[in-house]
Amino acid sequence: MKKLLTAAFAGLLFGAGMVVSDMINPARVLAFLDVTGAWDYSLALVMAAALVPSVIAWQLRKRMTKPLFALNFQVPTRRDLDWRLLTGAVLFGIGWGLVGFCPGPAIAALALGQRSAWIFVAAMLLGMLLHRVLMQRPVPQSDASQPRS
Amino acid sequence: MQALDPLFPLLGGLLIGLSAALYLLANGRVAGISGLLASATGLSSELQSNAQVPPEPAPQLARAFILAIFVGALLAAWIKMPDIVVTHRLPLLIAAGLLVGFGTRLGSGCTSGHGVCGLARAAPRSVVATLIFMAVAALTVTLIRQFGWVL
Repeated sequence: MKKLLTAAFAGLLFGAGMVVSDMINPARVLAFLDVTGAWDYSLALVMAAALVPSVIAWQLRKRMTKPLFALNFQVPTRRDLDWRLLTGAVLFGIGWGLVGFCPGPAIAALALGQRSAWIFVAAMLLGMLLHRVLMQRPVPQSDASQPRS
Repeated sequence: MQALDPLFPLLGGLLIGLSAALYLLANGRVAGISGLLASATGLSSELQSNAQVPPEPAPQLARAFILAIFVGALLAAWIKMPDIVVTHRLPLLIAAGLLVGFGTRLGSGCTSGHGVCGLARAAPRSVVATLIFMAVAALTVTLIRQFGWVL
């Protein structure tokens, strides 16, 4: 229950942050990405400000053996670069640059009843479904026996 | 589009960062929206996971997070409705959505997971992914705006 409430509160903060920062506005995002044009630096401030609590939290995490309400930390540990990461980042970058929506702002805009956001999110979910269908591979025997931490 | 008072991006960014900090310290997970959305909708590819990758966020937590984004956005918009200026060209919206959905799953994250969370802990995969998607997005906008590449 505590986990659900904190997840909901975190979502609340995130959704409000999308609107307050104006990241919800694709025109603002595209103006930030338009580095050779009339560059709008606002989103650099969003990123910088977001990193402050996030960096502090990751420092605190080092001193904690477990999170406040969950049994253990479940965070990515991989350090290698593989073709999936690199290709995925390129495809995401193209899609982000085409319209100016990334996943967070898109679902916030959807909540505000933006028709374009509904279409975008529907296509985004379809893209996720395609990934699931195309990229799902059976777990090799050796991996399947290992516990997933 | 008018310039923003820097107060808003700073305050909004702070809220986003607090959200990530709370989710990490209380629930022990990375607040990455693409992963949460895939989990909430049952679209994450479970079988792809191996011991090195943490399991996808629990669907109930992910659903609570995503639904609360709706509420948070509505509350903030109730105080001040944001301008949302976005293309109405259907093929462009669909193509962009497909690329963002597929790309963020293949690359294991988006602006929040790799950007806000990954950069904060200097995770090499996230730093590289963030540099790539930022550069590619800027290049895409430049090709469209400066060189008139229209799709």
